[in-house]
Amino acid sequence: MMAAFIFVVSVVIFLQFFVFYCRSLIAVSSKQALSPEVQEVTGIQKAASGEDFNRVMQLLHLCPERPEDRKGIQAIGAYFRLLSFVGSTVARLIPSMKSWTELERGNCTYFAAIALERRISFSRDMLAQQIDA
Amino acid sequence: MPGPLDYTIWLICTLLEGAVVVCALKTHSFRRYFFLNMYMGSSVLATIGRFQVLHRWGLSSPEYAYYYFYSDALLTIGLYFALLNLYSLVFDEMKVERYLRLGAVVLLGGTAWFSYAVISQSSHRILSHFAFELQQNLFFVGLVLTYLLWGAILKLRETRTRLIQLVLSLGVYFSAIAADYALRNLSPNLQTVWQYTMPLLACLLPAAWTYSLLRVSEEARLAPSRLAAVPR
Repeated sequence: MMAAFIFVVSVVIFLQFFVFYCRSLIAVSSKQALSPEVQEVTGIQKAASGEDFNRVMQLLHLCPERPEDRKGIQAIGAYFRLLSFVGSTVARLIPSMKSWTELERGNCTYFAAIALERRISFSRDMLAQQIDA
Repeated sequence: MPGPLDYTIWLICTLLEGAVVVCALKTHSFRRYFFLNMYMGSSVLATIGRFQVLHRWGLSSPEYAYYYFYSDALLTIGLYFALLNLYSLVFDEMKVERYLRLGAVVLLGGTAWFSYAVISQSSHRILSHFAFELQQNLFFVGLVLTYLLWGAILKLRETRTRLIQLVLSLGVYFSAIAADYALRNLSPNLQTVWQYTMPLLACLLPAAWTYSLLRVSEEARLAPSRLAAVPR
């Protein structure tokens, strides 16, 4: 009984911390602007949409991986899936929740686009170094 | 003996722990987050020691069991001090460091006494069970303290992004470990699953701290109220 109580409390606190942590990752990336090139590739002009997330992630996986980005991208991927789950279950009953999950899903897409931007510039730097060498 | 998957997770976790210290040195944050780095450095050393004990005495030897539980308990105390490091950074301007230290020692002593009291009534193998009980209780105390610290961050409108991320990732880690302990108690038969969950969860904290130290500058600012905003 006690273990079940601790489990439930821990899971609730975990979800809370996880959501806040992911939002802090997103908040950092939201301050960065997308280059016109990445805007064109991803199709994100002004506001990003949650519908584009999978496409941006596919583009992201085409670029050489940067180890320091991996965990952040995985965390945001898990957050996106959590939001999609909430969006298709709980949010159907609460309209304000629906718009919030959509907004957050869009922010996840923007985070992925910023990561894509970093990977592209990283690949360019690597290529330039190889040419110099 | 552990299999290739165990060794792989072990190696990744140790590399990530080492990466935290390297990133802190690289970004000139070693002294600022001294106890966090001490914890990660000690964890790397403890892992190297554990590996040697494992190879010399074997997985089922009492030497390995004692080394495992005692090094883990000491590391948990180290993590407790890392949490206090974050407390002192959040309450930096209030000059309450003395009270924080006193409170921390009292809480640590209280947790140790409580753990001993529980074990002395129910077990004849006091030494090994004490280390396990202390570690488990310290994780729960750590979880509560991290939650309180997050509350203080929101109340004091702390804006340092890196500090916020370090605290939140510690909260994720503590709550995941607490949930894992509770699940183990609920279903002790799933040993094949539990042998991987703890090492995998152990990778979360160094990975998140490495990311924060490397990607987020000390000058970056963020309104924490934005993170806690919920739909109405």
